[in-house]
Amino acid sequence: MSLKDKLHNIKEQYKGKKMAPAFNAIHTFLYLPNETTHSGAHVRGADDLKRTMNMVILAMVPCLIWGMFNAGYQVTIAENGKPEFLSFFDHLQYFFTVDNLLVGAVKVLPLVIVSYLVGLAIEFVFAVIKGHEVEEGYLVTGMLVPLIVPVDLPLWMLAVAVAFGVVIGKEVFGGTGMNILNPALTIRAFLFFAYPTWMSGDKVWVHGAKEVAGTADAYSGETMLGMLAQKKELAYGIDEAFFGFIPGSVGETSTLLVLVGAAILIFSKIASWRIILSGVIGALVMGLVFNFVITQGWITEGSKFYALMSLPFWQHLVIGGFAFGITFMATDPVSGAQTNKGKIWYGFLCGFFAVMIRVFNPAYPEGIMLAILLMNVFAPTIDHYVVQANVAKRMKRLKVKAA
Amino acid sequence: MSKDIRIKKGLDINLVGAAEKSTASAVKSNTYAICPDDFHGVTPKVIAKVGTEVKAGSPLFYSKSNDQILFNSPVSGEVVEIVRGAKRKILSFKVLADSDQQFHDFGSKDVNALSGDEIKTHLLASGCWPFVKQRPYDVIANPDVAPKAIFISGYNSAPLAADLDYVLTGKEQELEAAVTALSKLTPGKVHVSVQSQGSPLAKVSNAEIHTVSGPHPVGNVSTQIAKVDPINKGEVVWTVSAQDLVIIGELLLTGKYNATRKIAVVGSSVKTPKYYEAKIGAEVSTFAYDAGVNGDNVRMINGNVLTGKTIAPDGHLASSVDTFSIIPEGDDYEFFGWNKPVFNKISYSRALTFSWLFPKKKYDLNTNTNGEHRAFVVTGNYEEVFPLDIYPMQLLKAFTYQDLDEMEKLGAYEVAPEDFALTEFVCVSKQNHQDIVREGLDLMLKEIG
Repeated sequence: MSLKDKLHNIKEQYKGKKMAPAFNAIHTFLYLPNETTHSGAHVRGADDLKRTMNMVILAMVPCLIWGMFNAGYQVTIAENGKPEFLSFFDHLQYFFTVDNLLVGAVKVLPLVIVSYLVGLAIEFVFAVIKGHEVEEGYLVTGMLVPLIVPVDLPLWMLAVAVAFGVVIGKEVFGGTGMNILNPALTIRAFLFFAYPTWMSGDKVWVHGAKEVAGTADAYSGETMLGMLAQKKELAYGIDEAFFGFIPGSVGETSTLLVLVGAAILIFSKIASWRIILSGVIGALVMGLVFNFVITQGWITEGSKFYALMSLPFWQHLVIGGFAFGITFMATDPVSGAQTNKGKIWYGFLCGFFAVMIRVFNPAYPEGIMLAILLMNVFAPTIDHYVVQANVAKRMKRLKVKAA
Repeated sequence: MSKDIRIKKGLDINLVGAAEKSTASAVKSNTYAICPDDFHGVTPKVIAKVGTEVKAGSPLFYSKSNDQILFNSPVSGEVVEIVRGAKRKILSFKVLADSDQQFHDFGSKDVNALSGDEIKTHLLASGCWPFVKQRPYDVIANPDVAPKAIFISGYNSAPLAADLDYVLTGKEQELEAAVTALSKLTPGKVHVSVQSQGSPLAKVSNAEIHTVSGPHPVGNVSTQIAKVDPINKGEVVWTVSAQDLVIIGELLLTGKYNATRKIAVVGSSVKTPKYYEAKIGAEVSTFAYDAGVNGDNVRMINGNVLTGKTIAPDGHLASSVDTFSIIPEGDDYEFFGWNKPVFNKISYSRALTFSWLFPKKKYDLNTNTNGEHRAFVVTGNYEEVFPLDIYPMQLLKAFTYQDLDEMEKLGAYEVAPEDFALTEFVCVSKQNHQDIVREGLDLMLKEIG
């Protein structure tokens, strides 16, 4: 008897039982189910939610791999000092080494595993309790979470945060497709406010920085946003930020690879190009406004906002997690705006507020997280007005007719 | 003034098994059956009890909600069985056909001399009224409310659907008579949409002719109504399918109800897909097996693969279809079917699916859902295949949570279930959109009327 038949028999045994969703989740992971159409269109398109989510994960894999190398590379730099070279290829020579990968993999892979184990366990429990199939939403969330936390985050904190984010951020609203806030950002926001010392400052972004703090070997690993907020001199060039040879959350550092991910998502028609494009425009507009304020001399060097405000407007796209957030998290179809016109406004405001929060709130220099969460809350309102415009058009047609 | 109808949004689903343009006669069917369920929303009241001898055109039953609306027998013979299901619901009327067909004589009419009321009475009495459908709600038209316009689509854009230009050739006289008759039923216009000026329907008088172009669903009446004269609250539009016009026309010209029509027998499981002349209610085996069926594990569909109804091999041809499709069942597992690259299925996305590379390729799709039912997650893909100025997902959700007010505002009066066949096809959450719309429209009909 082949594996296919054996699994089919087990599925029949489980049918109607409490544990059926748990078994089916594993079964459908191996095999596309034998379900046929019963009503409506007799043939259906090739895509299902698993395939869609799988594409998003694939688009994030380059960032994950880069993140592992970079975690090791940042330690190398911190311990040995940044060598006197500047070109991209010089970096690469020292970047893709087995040592870097080993240091990074040992720190990053546990984050991935814990994130998936805790999140999926909760998904399975809720699916069994509520008697619905295990939905695929967490496949993406589980991959996003390790990419948006600092590399040294203790695993128990991650587990607690994931449990909070999945239960409060998603399941209480009814599971995948019903949540208001992006679950991955809910998890990150929870970590941010519950364990601020592990999520911000200048000691968390490079592996080991906390342990060696105060000793003779002490090194700091500040993010570029942190440096700007502290009005320190930037230790990295904008090209290094673009390629991703900088400290930061695990997967967000390389703008180049985020662009690769964005290209995959847009080409495969999974993420909305409207959100990404308008988000970039929103950030540029806000950046230009701040640059204008500086050139007008309304804010002078004495101000604590000066460093971030005077940052050339386009550099906001490259430093920090802006690119990663707007590509992988603002485009979440469930928590974002759902109408095409709404998506343009939603994306624009995400980018706009991200830069505004960066500048005006140096205590939380990562503006994109709060901006997206804020816009998640307003997305239904934006959609409401877009849909109302359509309703109004219909009403107008009726009135013209009646007149 | 003719207006061209052109749409860009939509999706042509290219399938294997299009009908060759040749017509064969179906084997003579022994029994004919009319299923009340084919006429949505009709509760049948029996006129012809078991044992009654009927002629072609004699009534079998009438609608409980309006006793003027008669449903007639396609052939002459004896009513041998009234099949009943749970709670004694009538499933079908079976007529054993005489070898020598007798037609009920309704008298030939001079269409130009008749008034609108006379035509209406004539259509009701001859059992041809069920051919007239109405929007809103996509049900049999209420004869007491005059429509603001009547729409006829002369182009079926659904996958593998019958080529109406071919089917209607030689029926110009009947079409002319039927369209003239319909034009007297409305104070507005009769709008006829054709794919090209070569269509037999393009020459009818008393109607406004529109040329349509674009992907499916350009042939759907809702698309054409929306482009020409959208339905507002309180307005009614009637539609008649092109092949039914032929039957109405023949009735007016000769006084006989001749239920013969050309059916395109299509699909990848058909050995020689071609057209068959068959009567409404005929056993499907009389033409399906003549065309040849590949394999046992197939699904037979009364209608096209997007909107048709599943029918058993011993079932009967539905009254409202011009296409009969046979495609393979997809009740098998596919190893890692959700993540491996897909070349043999159609997809709207490019998520490791490669149908975008081969726009001309014809596909052999089966009935597998390619995934399990999920909540609505992905947004923006329905809009790409939905040409009406309506937010499809928002309307579907309004139908689901049964908010009558919302349905009305979002444009529920303008849609029929068939308009959501493509959104259903591309839906990654595998929701049954047509069911959702049908149930929502039924609720509206019941509550608002």
